[in-house]
Amino acid sequence: MEFFFEVLIGGLLSGVMYALVALGFVLIYKASGVFNFAQGAMVYLAALSVAGCMEKGAPLWLAVILAFVIMTLFGIATERFVLRKLVNQPPIALFMATIGLAFFIEGLAPLVFGSEPRALDLGIVDEPIPYFLDQWNMVISKFDLVAAGVASVLVATLALFFQTTRVGRALRAVADDHQAALSIGIPLQHIWAIVWGVAGFVALVAGLMWGARNGVQFALTFTALKALPVLILGGFTSVPGAIVGGLIIGASEKLAEIYIPPVLAGWFGGNFGGIEGWFPYILALLFLLVRPEGLFGERHIDRV
Amino acid sequence: MMHRCKPVLSAVALSLAMLSQGAAAAEEQFFPIPGYRVGPYGANGQAFYGGFVDYLNYVNLKEKGVNGVALTWEECETEYNNAKGVECYERLKGKAAKSAGPIHTMSTGISYALIDKSAQDKLPLAMVGYGRTDAVDGSVFPYAFPLVTTYQMQASAIVRFVKDKLGGSLAGKKIVYLYHDSAYGKEAIVALEAEAALNKFALVQIPVAHPGNEQGAQWLKIRQEKPDFVVFWGWGVMNQTALKGAQKVGYPRDKMIGSWWTGSEEDVVPAGDAAKGYMAATWNVAGKQVPVIADIEKVVYGAGKGNLQDKARIGTVLYNRGVSAAVLSVEAIRKGQEKYGKGKALSGEQTRWALENLNITEARLKALGATDLLPEIRTSCDNHEGSGKVKIQQWDGAKWVPVSGWIEGNKALIHPLFQASAKQYAKEKGITPRDCAKEK
Repeated sequence: MEFFFEVLIGGLLSGVMYALVALGFVLIYKASGVFNFAQGAMVYLAALSVAGCMEKGAPLWLAVILAFVIMTLFGIATERFVLRKLVNQPPIALFMATIGLAFFIEGLAPLVFGSEPRALDLGIVDEPIPYFLDQWNMVISKFDLVAAGVASVLVATLALFFQTTRVGRALRAVADDHQAALSIGIPLQHIWAIVWGVAGFVALVAGLMWGARNGVQFALTFTALKALPVLILGGFTSVPGAIVGGLIIGASEKLAEIYIPPVLAGWFGGNFGGIEGWFPYILALLFLLVRPEGLFGERHIDRV
Repeated sequence: MMHRCKPVLSAVALSLAMLSQGAAAAEEQFFPIPGYRVGPYGANGQAFYGGFVDYLNYVNLKEKGVNGVALTWEECETEYNNAKGVECYERLKGKAAKSAGPIHTMSTGISYALIDKSAQDKLPLAMVGYGRTDAVDGSVFPYAFPLVTTYQMQASAIVRFVKDKLGGSLAGKKIVYLYHDSAYGKEAIVALEAEAALNKFALVQIPVAHPGNEQGAQWLKIRQEKPDFVVFWGWGVMNQTALKGAQKVGYPRDKMIGSWWTGSEEDVVPAGDAAKGYMAATWNVAGKQVPVIADIEKVVYGAGKGNLQDKARIGTVLYNRGVSAAVLSVEAIRKGQEKYGKGKALSGEQTRWALENLNITEARLKALGATDLLPEIRTSCDNHEGSGKVKIQQWDGAKWVPVSGWIEGNKALIHPLFQASAKQYAKEKGITPRDCAKEK
């Protein structure tokens, strides 16, 4: 039982890391109704910017500020050169544009900052906390707890931002209908620039945490793979949904990885380990059958 | 009239002279390089192919090629993608029709995709430390060369090292095999299972789904299993994640030994302090203390012809691996010229013969300034591997330090596995194996 709880808690804390990436997707989707294929690449760009600036001699705090500036400028440039021409186009056109954007970032970022994998030291050691180890014989990492704290603050801030500010309400209006939002005077271009800037900031936070955990390298783009089932489960439009979805996916994939393979091996023979690569997707697909809009997603009703 | 024609005739004469001079100097040995420098594993490719090209340049600058035959090459970017690898091969093979050095793809997937094609086109495929390992049996795979050592022999050598570390016996011990859940990761299982049966230790196999950037469950399981050692077969981000995972559950890093794809600077630097004490197998040694590496820096970079932008990467594990692969390739060209004529470029078929008759002794390595860079190699029709030896190196937080001499895997245990697999392949494909006895 002790081991079960250790796996469960470890899974929940991993889920928080997935939620950090999923938040970026939610932001863009809420503001433009577009699934941003480039979010994983943005995480990579943000982390690489920090590592690149540090390599040029900047201290961590300055590198983070510079990376934030880079991500904001990138967001504004995306609106100006990619999205502005696509206003009122079908969502699939915007989606295709983000695919192009992902390839562009994946090519450009290593050209500017170099492609060799680098360490990113945030000063938080990824080691078990002695208290939990001594008292409960449980491994709980300091780093994971900090990541959970960061994600909680981020989610609370973004939820408040969307619910209570004028910009937040404008963002939601734009997401519902570009043309209608424009017709009532909402400055679509500014709104998109803001939301891409905020998504860049979220990518920076995710990049810092994932980069510190696994190193700054191209594989950060793969973090998006972990966010997809989280989005399906939590809903594409819900900030709290991202965090709840992350927790469910994290916990279930870890429990599945530990407890399902021995059962399958007993039935069929062989080694069924490594199922956490696909298990979250199966879970999300099953969930779709029951609740297509996700746990917290907005139910979409069309007039016929 | 004659006066008017004179300049024209002179020009024609000069052109003909230049052409004939050009023809005399046109003997070139071409190396097709379907490699990668961008994409997910671009950093690894940059160091490897940087070392490879630097050595070819070094031979050109230092000796004016091999017996006067200039070494030339063309790279094509595969991005470590199988489809692009095949496309690159098809693009380069036309140029390789006249002369061809061994083809190094640095990818098991691309190598698998090219095995049949390269045999049909009579172009030799070198898979130094990767690729289809039963191609050790050259009677079935005449054009494929898993040179130096293979995953299985490496796994066997690691077991031998662990056995020594644990006092000479593995009976009753437990080893966890943590591996990338792919063909690459599964290659070593057959060897480890054979070793487990022979040495009576428990083997626990734990796969990690690609890309391996999340291993929380696996490391909690390892903590529960309490193994004596973890043998680790990772790739890319999986390597740093594993080292961090070990740190997170407090598993000692000096009880982890990785394969040679987990033992470069690119694998440990991003993990920071979590990597200190970690060990990995290697078939080439890192550092600039190897004379040929220091000389490449002096000669090639001194002439402004270095392939790497960042000179700090000279002497890293993967750079030296690229140089080692090039040393093998150039030595094959030398060997081939001994048979087919000095000063003549070799065709793919002739290079194949040379690769199958390599004999790089300690004395030859010394003459090349490559003592201890790589082990001695002696290939034959029935042994395309030629060595089967690795060293174990340990990361001290700043550099890789060798902690063993050359260790050979259990050949008597492992090579019959290759032969059985190759025999099966020949049966499936309807290949009649060559009689290696007649090739000697």
